[in-house]
Amino acid sequence: MDLFSFTDEFLIDLGLTLLKIGFILAVTVGFFAPVLTWVERKQSAIMQDRIGANRADIMGFTALGLFHIIADALKMFAKEDFIPQGANRLLHTLSPIIALVPALLTFAVVPFGGKYELWGHQVNLVISDLDVGLLFVFAIASLATYGYVVAGWSSNNNWSLLGSMRTASQMISYEVTMGLTIIGVLMVYGTMQLDEIGAAQENFWRWGIFLQPVGFLMFLTASIAENKRIPFDNPEAESELVAGYFTEYSGLKFGMFFMAEFIEMVTIGAIVTILFFGGWHIPFIETQDIIDTFNFSWLGPSIANLITMGIQVGVFFAKVCFFIFIQMTIRWTLPRFRYDQIMKLGWKILLPLSLVNIVVTGIVIMLLK
Amino acid sequence: MELLIFYPLAAFTVLLALGVVFNNSPIGSAVSLIAMMLGLSGIFIVLHAHFLAVLQIIIYAGAIMVLFMFVIMLLNLKGDDKAWKIRERNLYLSIMTGVMVLLALYKMIDKVLDTTFGEGADVPDTFGTTVAVGTSLFTEYVLPFEIASILLLAAMVGAVVLAKTKVD
Repeated sequence: MDLFSFTDEFLIDLGLTLLKIGFILAVTVGFFAPVLTWVERKQSAIMQDRIGANRADIMGFTALGLFHIIADALKMFAKEDFIPQGANRLLHTLSPIIALVPALLTFAVVPFGGKYELWGHQVNLVISDLDVGLLFVFAIASLATYGYVVAGWSSNNNWSLLGSMRTASQMISYEVTMGLTIIGVLMVYGTMQLDEIGAAQENFWRWGIFLQPVGFLMFLTASIAENKRIPFDNPEAESELVAGYFTEYSGLKFGMFFMAEFIEMVTIGAIVTILFFGGWHIPFIETQDIIDTFNFSWLGPSIANLITMGIQVGVFFAKVCFFIFIQMTIRWTLPRFRYDQIMKLGWKILLPLSLVNIVVTGIVIMLLK
Repeated sequence: MELLIFYPLAAFTVLLALGVVFNNSPIGSAVSLIAMMLGLSGIFIVLHAHFLAVLQIIIYAGAIMVLFMFVIMLLNLKGDDKAWKIRERNLYLSIMTGVMVLLALYKMIDKVLDTTFGEGADVPDTFGTTVAVGTSLFTEYVLPFEIASILLLAAMVGAVVLAKTKVD
């Protein structure tokens, strides 16, 4: 058994995969998560007509409040790591990790670009082109529930417990809608592979938003509810439950919940972009056209492909940023819903609507055949 | 290469399965069960049955176990840990349960004894893919599938009726 004899092809693939994982980690944890904490402060300040986020300074420079990111990180590192009396120590420590990992894991199947021919090697800008990618996203989203539920339970605090009960019921309710909306997308594109869904949206009028407009609205609503941000932030409702499921968390463990929320926003943006907004495609411009534009004789096709890759990855993340902006705007516009309102919206409005969406999609597909 | 992944996964799964049985607190058992489901789905992935693996996570780890946790937390069984331990053990009941589990597992044990250790099972390439599962559900097993759906629908309607108590 020759376990450790690797071919060149395998080593190149391995290197590329590691490169992609590194890129995703750098973009989400390294860029989006910290910068979004600043964006959230600055945007809320602008929306509420405040000056906002200008306290932290280095030698008098405030850099628009960007130093708050560093100050936040330092503060979280320096704080005491507190585990309350009577808490389950193992689960209390484990749950921030369980909450953070699924948010990052989703990116394993999210493509951030198409397929490019680089120096005779086919590069597919997705870490794993799993044939059940869409279901994988859904499965991972359902696992994230445990982080929050276990966090509240293991804290030995009634506020926390109430918070995690709310989390559990809210996430179960909206997962149903999310799963059923995904079925609509699946019926339209006939595949569960996310990079194929993205590739199918090269034509502007084939974008998911035109084929599944109701599905898009329901998916966005359900995913914001899954992320437990205002207006769906009952699990942590500050005015009722202190801080809900993370009441008893301090320092970096709290930071991990915080980071999970921001990374989840990026994830939602990425999935919405892939499913409904054409992924990495620019409207009315086909990939081949971009490659041809840059295909000068002195550059060679590989460089042209590389430039196209850069442009399309940029376009993809620009779209992601747009959806993050929408989520932020919703967060600073709407007040918190009441608990029964959230349940009513989930079970009595979104669930029947998503069932109708599936039936209508099916009928339209049958008629067009 | 596959065996390198399989053995740790299998050991992980078995250990956590034992953890479910021997854990003292209900919530610890539930957490072990969830982790065990993840191990199981990992084994499905080793078999290239991605669809089955993801379904394992969605249905068992994602849906059913959340409800388990929800109920355990709702009852808040924390104080019952001690009562759980000192509860009187009924010998006859234990023996009966053991025999029944053995009977239920009889077919599986029979199958396991037929195989040779350390040799991968021979499964078709399409095993557990979306197409294969879908095709067999809607051709070979269409009647049991439909019966199961009606049963589930009846259970759902029943739950709604039961939950709809009149508040005066």
